[in-house]
This record gives sequence, C-alpha cells and structure tokens, in this order.
Amino acid sequence: MPDTTGGSAEAPVNSDPAESTALDQRWHVVPGPGIPEPPARRRAGPRTAAAIGAGRMAAWASRRFGFGSGGMIGGRLALTVQPNLLAELVLGRRVVMVTGTNGKTTTTQMVAEALRSQAPAVSNATGANMPDGHVAALIGDREAPFAALEVDELHLGQITGEFEPAVILLLNLSRDQLDRVGEIRTVVTSLRRALEQAPGARVVANADDPNIVQAAADHPRTTWVSGGLRWREDALNCPRCGASIEQDERGPWSCRCGLSRPAPDWTVTETGVFDAAGAHHRLALALPGHVNRVNATFALAAALLLGCGGDAALEHVSRIDQAAGRYGTVRVAGRSVRLLLAKNPASWLEMLELAAGHGRPLVLVVNSREADGYDVSWLWDVEFEVLRGRAVYVAGDRALDLAVRLRYAGVQCWVKSDVDEALVGMPDGVPDVIANYTAFRDVFARRRG
Amino acid sequence: MTRDPVRIALVLPDLLGTYGDRGNVMVLAQRLKWRGIDSEAVTVLSSAQEVPESCDVYMIGGGEDVAQVAAVNFLRRGGGLQRAVSRGAPVLGICGGLQVLGTGFVTGDGDEHEGLGLVDAWTEPGAGRAIGEVTEHATLGAVGMLTGFENHLGRTVLGEHAQPLGRVTRGTGNGHDGVEGAVSGHVVCTYLHGPVLARNPQLADLLLEWAIGEPLEPLPDPPELRALRTQRTRLHVRERK
Ligand SMILES: [Zn+2]
Repeated sequence: MPDTTGGSAEAPVNSDPAESTALDQRWHVVPGPGIPEPPARRRAGPRTAAAIGAGRMAAWASRRFGFGSGGMIGGRLALTVQPNLLAELVLGRRVVMVTGTNGKTTTTQMVAEALRSQAPAVSNATGANMPDGHVAALIGDREAPFAALEVDELHLGQITGEFEPAVILLLNLSRDQLDRVGEIRTVVTSLRRALEQAPGARVVANADDPNIVQAAADHPRTTWVSGGLRWREDALNCPRCGASIEQDERGPWSCRCGLSRPAPDWTVTETGVFDAAGAHHRLALALPGHVNRVNATFALAAALLLGCGGDAALEHVSRIDQAAGRYGTVRVAGRSVRLLLAKNPASWLEMLELAAGHGRPLVLVVNSREADGYDVSWLWDVEFEVLRGRAVYVAGDRALDLAVRLRYAGVQCWVKSDVDEALVGMPDGVPDVIANYTAFRDVFARRRG
Repeated sequence: MTRDPVRIALVLPDLLGTYGDRGNVMVLAQRLKWRGIDSEAVTVLSSAQEVPESCDVYMIGGGEDVAQVAAVNFLRRGGGLQRAVSRGAPVLGICGGLQVLGTGFVTGDGDEHEGLGLVDAWTEPGAGRAIGEVTEHATLGAVGMLTGFENHLGRTVLGEHAQPLGRVTRGTGNGHDGVEGAVSGHVVCTYLHGPVLARNPQLADLLLEWAIGEPLEPLPDPPELRALRTQRTRLHVRERK
C-alpha cells in the first residue's frame, strides 16, 4: 500500500530553475521519498540530431502545405530515424504522464499550466497521445524542464518501457469504443504492468474507481484522489476477483477479496478540495463542473509533487477556459456556442450534468466513424431522461439512432441535417453543442474566433 | 383494466451488460407504458441468490468470456430461469446471452463450456470479429425485416431443435448457412445490438404478447424510427450494387 505516513518531512525535490521556491505553507503535500534528479542531459548524438532535424522539417512542411498541425507526422518520421528518441528527449526533464478514459486532454493542459507557474513545460496539447505525438511535443522545445504528456491507456507500458516518468496520473477507466478498444480488464492489466516498470515514479490515482485502484494499489508511491464516480456500470464487479463490490453511498467501497477504496489524500468537494492535512482550498475554475474540479485536483497534486507552489499552480489552472476546444465558446454558423466533448457513457453523463444546470437550447451530435467506434448501442447506457422538457436538436451520422433513444426517454427532439441547420432560428442565448469525437473535431475545425 | 405490472427481468447486467443491451428493457417498459400498461424492471445482479422465476420476460446481454462462464454457473445454480422457460416465459438472449443459453461454447483459450441448453446452438470462435450492420428477414410470424449491429467473434451452428431468427441479407450473423440467431419456443437469441428491440419494435411487441399472453393494440412507429429503418436498409441496397 502507498506510504502516506512517511515520517520524513522531506519536501519534493525542486528542479531547476527555482530551487529556492519555498513550498506554499498552506498546501499540505504528502511526504514521499522524493523524486530522483532526472539524468543530466547529454549532447545529442548525430543520429538523434538528424532525427530531430528530420522531424522538425516534416512538421514544418506538413503545416506549410496544409496537411494539418504537423505534430504527428514530424514525430513519426523522427522516430523512424532514431527509434530510441523518446528516451533521449526526456533526459534532463521532469515528465508527467496523464492517462485514463476521460479527461486526459483537459488534465494534461492543466498539468502543463500548473508547471508553467514555475518553469516552461511542453505538452501534447492537441491530444496526439501516442509516442509520435510525444516526440513532436518534446522536439518543439528542447529546453523546457517540464513535460506534461497525455498517453493512450494501452500505451503507458510502452512509455515506461523506455523511461521512468516523474509522475503518472491515472484518472478513471470506463467502457469506451465498444468495437475497438479491448475490455477494461485488459486495460487494467496493461496499466499494472506499466506501473511495475516505473517503481520510482510518483503515481496519483483515483481512489473511487475500482479499476484504477486494482491497477495502482501495489505501486509503492501512490497518492489517492477521491472525486466520486458518477458512472458505476463498469465498476459493479471487482476487477481483482470478480465478486460484487459493496458500495457505500458516501464513497467507500470494498470487495471480500480485500480490494477496497484506499484512504484518499485529496478529496474533491462541491466548491474545492481538501488536501491531506484537511485544509480546504477553494477551486474557482473558469472550466465548469465537478468533473473539472477533479481534473484540477490531479493537476495540482502533480505540480506539488514537482515542487510548484500550490497558490501559483492553482492560479494558472484556474485561468484555463478551454482545452483543445473542449468547453470553449466558439462561433459557428454566425452564432456563439459552447462546445462540449462526450465520447462514451461516462463522459456523456458528465456533460449532460453540465447542461442540466441551465435552460439553454442543446444540440447533440453523434457520429460513428472509425475514431468514434461504429457501434452506437452505448446511447442506451446514457441517461438522456434528464433532458425532458428541454429544447433538443440532434445531428450527425447517427442522428436517427439518437432520436429514437430520445423518443424512448420521453425527450422531444428535432432531427437536423447538421449543426448549422440546428442553429438556424434557435432562440437567443449560447447553446451547448455536445458532440462525440469526430463530430466535435469537425465543428471545432470550422469555428471562428 | 387492472392487471399486475408486467415484470421485466434484466439478468446479470453486471456480468453481461457491455453493449447497451439494457436498452431493450427500457423499450419494453416504454411500449407497455404507451399502451397504459404498468411494468416493473427487475435487475438481477450476480450478488443475488438466484433469478426469480416469477418474471414475465427475461433479457440477457453479452460480455466477456470469463463473464459468460460465470453467468452459466450462476444461472444453473438457481434454476429459476429454466423453470420460467418451461412455463413459456419469453427470454431474449443477445450475443454472449445467445452463447450462454445455447448448448455450449468454446472460449478464446480453447476450453469448451456447457451452456444452459435452452436453445440448440453451439458456438465456437471464428477467424475474426464480425462487426457491422446486419439486415435479415425474420422467420417469426409478422416480425418482418430485422436490423441491428453485430460485434462478435463467435460462430454459431444450430442443432435440429432450433430454428434461426432470420435469413441474413447483409452482415455475418451466425457465420453458418446464411442465418442469424436461434429460436426455440419462446427463447429468442440474436447477435443484434442496436439495441435490437429499439430498432425492431415488431420483435419487442411479439415478446410482450408472449409475456402477457394476449394480443396488444398496435402502436404507430414514430417518424424517426421509420426513417432509421429505411436508412439502414437503403444503405444495404447501395452497398450491394
Ligand atoms: Zn475482489
């Protein structure tokens, strides 16, 4: 079990350049063994230098000739030239890896901003969460001492096989693309193995999610965050032994095999967060909802472990008002809309909860392309009943499946050919557009301002 | 008209509930409600003692290999489902549910497992996952055309005591003889998600009529449902050209 009571009052080791920054006294940091200094940077060998040059050139050409942001292709090419490039590029840096089913992109941006309160940080901010995306981010700035990198759940093991991150954040696990990604059991096993390869990393993990706990419980340096678990359908049975999990209404859960909720170090509340010493910190975020207080808590925990001051880190996190378009207000078809991404039952639950807090019109957009998963049966795992009495417009490849779902939920809706048509003639106000992955991407790409 | 609420059992959603198939329960309940008939959803988790035999209709979804084996063990122990079937209660088994209700199945590791034997169907893993839209013509009375989404590795052979649910015009289905699903008495098994009853109200109403033992007044299909069914079949015509 994690050492949460270590007698040593040793503060986390500060990296350059702010060795002298005193820890904010009001923020209690769980004392741990501290983080070893990252290896000193070596001069890049000729092969590494060539790989970086090739990657940068490809990224530039891709941007120049309009093939997209250029990050992935540059990273991919650089990795072809120098397969060990990732391990080279992280030398001399403190790396925070962020993984889980939902909230990766937003939390990664929060971590990057929190770290920037102390020193420059690179980040794969656009959600390119495979090694080519990591390489692209890291060659973007060779000097930044910090990196905040989002990684796909099944690829953390590949990362920890190459180097040991300073901090690993494990957010949550739930069913995602029904026809593509392996079952959650497989993901849990893969994450366990990934953590075994990184015994020196600090792990910050979700105490309320039995699947995450099964993945992280045996790691010696885990800090636990409790933010509640809204979507429980993937945590009814124990990921260790298969028996039914006993769930206490107030949060604690346990299984007869001994797997149970660890005592949380951080507990998220309706207004902020309790740290391990029981001090409450208000989280007044620009990003909405409980889900983002949880994401922010993970980011703050990582920043404090890396020696950032709590107040400064929080101030940076609080200012974020969108993450790769998520939660951002953009102009589409001549009017302002708020864009929300929901790609699986757990994230739909979170986004519908945000929308339930206001009475503005709603546009729901569901596609089923390769990146979304072709099967949309999950629509029936989402409690759309909360939208009864609301003005709801539906669009996307699977608008009709969604409309049938809403009919059975007792929610009146209008089927539109696309988002633009849905927005025409809508009453005043800023509607929420909740879209799944490719639908979100399409709207975001067409935005103005 | 007074009658006891129709009891709709959702069997083992904690083991076999991966693919949104509990939507089938919502569809049955809502179609009863639209006709002014009360219903009650009975969720049977694997922590329960057994499946109550007193429900009017039973829904069983799909899950992983390990969960299927656990489900068979659970269902065999109590025998409530088997007793309900022998008095004619309808059962809908989807995907993994088909394999659990069948005579047996082979898991990914090559092990053979006995099923409940409520329908004469044997399943083994195929060469690759069958994923995509399915269209088939149902063999059951007035059910007509069925549409759904399949996502399964298993290939199912029907024995002489089972009839197929439909003849496939698009998709893989059972992977043998151009048919899909398995039917034996009031036990209906299919690979179709969607959920299947949301996309195919005729099948939903047939199960309900079996459950309450009398004909139901017809309901008009809402426009989006007609459009959805047309869209999926038209897609099929275009693809085959
Ligand atoms: Zn257990």
